[in-house]
Amino acid sequence: MAGPDDQLQSRLRRQLLMGIAAAPLAGLFPKVAFADTPATSAVNTTGLAVTDTEVTVGILHSVTGTMAISETGSIQAEKLAISQINEMGGVLGRKIKFVQEDGASDWPTFAEKAKKLLVQDKVAAIMGCWTSASRKAVLPVIEQYNGMLYYPTFYEGLEQSKNVIYTGQEATQQILAGLNWVVKEKGAKTFFFIGSDYIWPRTSNKIARKHIENFMKGTKVVGEEYFPLGHTQFNSVINKLKLTKPDVIFTDVVGGSNVAFYKQLKAAGINLEKQTLMTISVTEDEIDGIGGDNIAGAYACMKYFQSLDNPNNKEFVAAFKKMWGEKTVIGDVTQAAYLGPWLWKMTVEKAGSFDIDKIAAASPGIEFTKAPEGYVKIHENHHLWSRTRVGLAQKDGQFKVVYESPDLIEPNPFPKGYQ
Amino acid sequence: MKRAPSFMDLKDLIAVGLLAIILIVVFPALLDGFRLNLVAKYLTYAFVAVGLVLCWGLGGILSLGQGVFFALGGYGMAMYLKLEASSVENTKIQSTPGIPDFMDWNQITELPYFWQPFHSLPLTILLIILIPALFGFVIGSAMFKRRVSGVYFAIITQALAAIATILIIGQQGYTGGVNGITDLRTLHGWDIRTDSAKFILYFVNAILLLCIVGFAMYVRDSKLGRILVAMRDKEDRVRFSGYSVANFQIFVFCLAGVFAAIGGAMFTLNVGFMSPSLVGIVPSIEMVIFTAVGGRLSILGAVYGTLAVNFAKTSLSESFPELWLLGLGGLFIAVVLVFPNGLAGIWRDYVQPHIDRALKLNSKDPTDPAANVAKQAAAASPAE
Repeated sequence: MAGPDDQLQSRLRRQLLMGIAAAPLAGLFPKVAFADTPATSAVNTTGLAVTDTEVTVGILHSVTGTMAISETGSIQAEKLAISQINEMGGVLGRKIKFVQEDGASDWPTFAEKAKKLLVQDKVAAIMGCWTSASRKAVLPVIEQYNGMLYYPTFYEGLEQSKNVIYTGQEATQQILAGLNWVVKEKGAKTFFFIGSDYIWPRTSNKIARKHIENFMKGTKVVGEEYFPLGHTQFNSVINKLKLTKPDVIFTDVVGGSNVAFYKQLKAAGINLEKQTLMTISVTEDEIDGIGGDNIAGAYACMKYFQSLDNPNNKEFVAAFKKMWGEKTVIGDVTQAAYLGPWLWKMTVEKAGSFDIDKIAAASPGIEFTKAPEGYVKIHENHHLWSRTRVGLAQKDGQFKVVYESPDLIEPNPFPKGYQ
Repeated sequence: MKRAPSFMDLKDLIAVGLLAIILIVVFPALLDGFRLNLVAKYLTYAFVAVGLVLCWGLGGILSLGQGVFFALGGYGMAMYLKLEASSVENTKIQSTPGIPDFMDWNQITELPYFWQPFHSLPLTILLIILIPALFGFVIGSAMFKRRVSGVYFAIITQALAAIATILIIGQQGYTGGVNGITDLRTLHGWDIRTDSAKFILYFVNAILLLCIVGFAMYVRDSKLGRILVAMRDKEDRVRFSGYSVANFQIFVFCLAGVFAAIGGAMFTLNVGFMSPSLVGIVPSIEMVIFTAVGGRLSILGAVYGTLAVNFAKTSLSESFPELWLLGLGGLFIAVVLVFPNGLAGIWRDYVQPHIDRALKLNSKDPTDPAANVAKQAAAASPAE
């Protein structure tokens, strides 16, 4: 897939020459001097696809199937990061070339393609996966063939691997600050959980329930309901909401089900301006489908919103739209996917090597000060220290940030007291 | 009266021999470990396709729920492997060590009773065969005895596939849910993740498939096979002749189910996990498509059809990650429109006549010099 990559590079190069825009983020990092390029034999002792001028990485997401709509943003962000890194001279003096594979929303295909990337293409890193199921399918392959996966999605935790860097948040990071906020600011006493039926919503809700029952006085969960993926009939649960009248509806419904859920809430007369609803699964991408009018007034709790007001994010959003069109929106996972290539580049340069073992060892402590979401740092457990934010959904499909955790939150994939 | 076809005539023997050579000699010689493992995965689908030839092609019973049987075998094997991978020392990080990790995530603290038999390998293998047979028997009895057939049967089996998916996903504490059963490591202490193990498993898989193909041919050429065809073409006439149509239908449905289950078990061994994405409506229909592309009347065609479609799928998706589904769809339409009998039809119409001529000349009188000369001429110019 060198074609599009080359085109991309030349397009960006042209833009640079014309002075329309300097390549975003260029110059923010110490440039790798070209004369300084270390010998391939020194930086690649395990036979990865690294030459004197190029290094190959894999992009593994679903381009087809039900997950394509969610994963497209991640692919775009990763391609943007790669082209920006190449503009700056690449990694250890080598341009990044990528091989893209389609996981086709099918977990065995993900495993097959991951294996192909590692065994045939000998990629130095894989940016990819989205759902937990795809990651679980790929994980044994990555561990067996000693690859490195940068995984962008917020997820349930309960996992840690030498061969994975988790650039999204694990469940405790994402949820707890938001729950504390809603109890403090909204005086919430009762919660009703609604989720899609798989491991991430169930684990997230389990953590939320433990937090509510054990760590916050006078609050309780009055209902908990799960629906199969793709479910579109929420009338029965909406009736229960009307009966129990919870202070907070806490949802982790994913994918297309969201469209039906919010439309039916609105149709049933539940006004989100009055009824507090907190979601941990709706990003700007989902609102594109739901419609801003249907969800305005809901709160979302995650680490990134497109509207974040900081210079890094402004540059990132501008560059993203320049590359992929004005109409694109950027959600939490898209931003996390953007971090992958950058974190990998910095780790390789710190380690002075592309070798997987050296990168795995060098990862903890890597800091990315210019991330769109703000400063992040890789923890010993290969997750990121990050802030959590609460956004209020607006009619235009964007979020207004109403709360930001004052400190970076430590990732804790195996939370004690929440099991 | 024409002589009834006997089991494995010369033509069949040559064709099976050719398949055996391709599977056992050609593929391992030409393909690297990664591609060979992919072929092994495709071949596990061929088990299902061969079953469908008997059930659908011969018996006229279109089942759109073969994924359920595939799952029964696949999950059976996965449960055994998962229990072996979930030893106490491997899982000491969990709140309840010694049970599969996904159970621990779902607050299950004790291994459910229906997982207990899967501690034993012989019992697992037995159950992989027995459970699908029993399931097929129950479903088959319920429907064929009531003379449910044709489209109604297809729709009901499709519903079964949907129900199975929902059940597996909904009961994630017991089944692993959407994620499936992952991170499988050893089979009776033998590490199935290594390249050498994959190599050996490929051969086990290929030989097992050849046995199944042979068995399917035996069924096809037996009296039973001819009754199946008779039922497909004139069910009432067979019934009036005194045969119990339902029993034959139940039998062939169970047989196809057992084939699919064996394929499922081999899938788990070769791929290293099992998930509900192989159970539902879409994979079940895909398996019917493999059979249709191969030619639904041809047992060997089913194997080649499965290989061809999957090769196309893999190579198209590698070359055109954003367009490949369109290409694949086009391929199906082309095959169905232009070659309704699939690959086997192409073979029969364009290749077989030449071989027949060669064989006929050969068998007429081997000592006749004229025939030999003619045979050599035919062999020398097969495109004639």
